[in-house]
Amino acid sequence: MTDFLERRAIISGIGQSKIGRRLGRSAVDLTVEAGLAAIADAGLTRDDIDGLATYPGGGMGGEAFAGPTSPEVQDAMRLKLNWHDGGGEGPGQIRAVFAACLAVAAGLARHVLVYRTVTESTAQGSGGRQGIGGAVSGGGRIPRFSGSFQWMLPFGAVSAANWLALVATRRMHEFGLRRDQLAWIALNGRANAARNPIAVYRDPMTLDDYMAVRMVTTPLCLYDCDAPCDGSTAVVVSHADYAPDAPNPACHVNAIGTALRGRPSWDQFDDMTTMAARDAAASMWKRTDLRPADVDTAQLYDGFSIITMVWLEELGFCGKGESGAFVDGGRSIALDGPLALNTSGGQLSAGRLHGFGLLHEACVQLRGQGGERQIPRQPEVAVVANGGGPIAGSMLLTRGAG
Amino acid sequence: MSEAASASDPETTTGTALGRGPAIRVLPRLDGANRFFWTSGAQGVLRFLRCERCRRYVHPPAPLCPYCEDGQGRLEPEAVSGRGRLHSFTVNYQQWIPDDGPYVVGLVTIDEQDDVRLMTNIVDCAAAELEAEMPVEVTFEQHEDVWLPLFRPAGGRAGAAAGEPAGGSR
Repeated sequence: MTDFLERRAIISGIGQSKIGRRLGRSAVDLTVEAGLAAIADAGLTRDDIDGLATYPGGGMGGEAFAGPTSPEVQDAMRLKLNWHDGGGEGPGQIRAVFAACLAVAAGLARHVLVYRTVTESTAQGSGGRQGIGGAVSGGGRIPRFSGSFQWMLPFGAVSAANWLALVATRRMHEFGLRRDQLAWIALNGRANAARNPIAVYRDPMTLDDYMAVRMVTTPLCLYDCDAPCDGSTAVVVSHADYAPDAPNPACHVNAIGTALRGRPSWDQFDDMTTMAARDAAASMWKRTDLRPADVDTAQLYDGFSIITMVWLEELGFCGKGESGAFVDGGRSIALDGPLALNTSGGQLSAGRLHGFGLLHEACVQLRGQGGERQIPRQPEVAVVANGGGPIAGSMLLTRGAG
Repeated sequence: MSEAASASDPETTTGTALGRGPAIRVLPRLDGANRFFWTSGAQGVLRFLRCERCRRYVHPPAPLCPYCEDGQGRLEPEAVSGRGRLHSFTVNYQQWIPDDGPYVVGLVTIDEQDDVRLMTNIVDCAAAELEAEMPVEVTFEQHEDVWLPLFRPAGGRAGAAAGEPAGGSR
C-alpha cells in the first residue's frame, strides 16, 4: 500500500487537566495543566516541543467554546516552535491532530503538542444551554444574521440539537429507528462512566429513566445531548521514530479520514441520514488495509447520540440503517462486547471535551491503562471519529506499528 | 403561545399546543444577494435563483451557477409553486428563550427540485399529524422588512386523520 504520510506519526503522550462542571478556572490554566501532563507522559520536556496545534482557538463560537489560541499557549508555556496551527475549518475537531501528523511527516516539527480546551460549563453558569446567537430576550435590540445562520435562526433552529433532531427523524422515517434503540448509546455511555472516576455523570441510568426524561427537541431527549464541562485534553504527536524511546506504548496513526463531498450545510447536504461522516469514513478506509472487523474499540463522537449511530454505520460496523438493531440491548457495544464503544462514558456521561476526550480514551485503551474500565481483551486497533452533520473526521490508531 | 403546556413529560407531547415558531424571531440581515428571497413573500410567492441556461434552481443564493462548468450561467430569481414535501421535522421543547412554548422546525424539499431545501416552521398542524414526506405549502409571516416562508399541510387539510397524507396523493 502507498506510504501515506500520516503513518509516520504516533501519539507519544496524553494528558488531561482537571475535568468537571463549573471549575471556574481559565482556559489557559487548564490547557497548561493538560499540556504539561501530556509532555511528561511522552517522556519529554517543554524544550522538546517544537510544534503546537489546536481546534479551533481564535474565539470561534465564543471563548468558552474555542479555548485559547496557539500563540497564547505558546506564550504561557514559553515554547520555541518550528510550526503552529489553529482553526475551526476542516475535518472535525481532530483536524488539529491531522495537521500535526502531516507536520511531523513533513519534518516541520518533531513533537507537536495538540490541545482542545473548553470552559463551557463555567460560561453557562447556573443558566441553561444557549442556542446560537446567544440569549435572546425581550429587551434590547436583537442582532440580525448573515451567512448560513440566516437560514436556520429565524425559525428557532438555534442549536445543533435541532439540526441533528432532523437527522434522527429522517432516520426514523427511512429505517424505522426507535427511541428505545437510540437509548443504548446513552445507556452504554453511562454504564462505562460508572467505571471512570473522572466522568461527570456516573449514577446508573435505566431504559425507563431514558424514556421518561424531558424532551429537548424530538426525538432527542436530555440524555441524547452531551454534558457541558470544563477541561482540557492534550496529546503529543511525534515522529514514529520516537516510538522506541517513548516511556508509554506508542499509538500509531494508521489512517485519517478527511473527505467532504456533500454540500457543507445542515439543510442542503444530499443525504440527511449520514451527512459528512459518510465521506470522512469512506476516505479513511481507502488509506489502509485494515477493515472494520479489525477494529477492537470505537470512540465515536456523541455530542448527540444520533451522531454515534451514523458513525457506526458509515464506518462499516453494521449496514446502512441497521444501527438501531445493532445497538439494541447494548451487548454489541459493551465494554466486553465485540466493539467496545465510548469506554470512558463518552461526552454524554464523561463530559463534553469536544472530540478530544474520545481520542484520549482510544490511547488509554490501546496502552492498556484503562484500569477498571480497561477492555478485557487488549485492543490492538481503535477508531476515533469526531464531528457530526457537515463536519466530520475519523482516524485509525494501532498499538504497535501495524 | 401562552397556552403551551409544559413539555416535561414526553407522553403528553402529542397533545401539546404548538406555536408558529419561536417567541422572538431572529431575522436575516438583508443584502444584495438575499433581499429578493426574504422579501418575496410581499407578493405572496416563494422565489429561488434559477440558472437561465441549465434551468437548475440554486440555493442559497450564489453569484453564478455552480452547475455550469464554465461559470457563465446567469442566475435570476424565479417564482416556484410554494409546494413541497416535509423531508424531516422536530418539535422543539427546549426553552432557548425563557418561557417559550414548543414549535415545529421543519426541513422542506421544494416540489420543483429535490435537492433544494428550506429550514422552516411547520404551522397549522398538530404534532401527531406530522409525518415525513407529507405535502406542505408555503405561507408567509411578516416581521419588519422580512417575510419568513413558513409551511402548512397542503390543501388546508390540517386536522386530517393521522395516517392519511394531508392534501391527498402525490
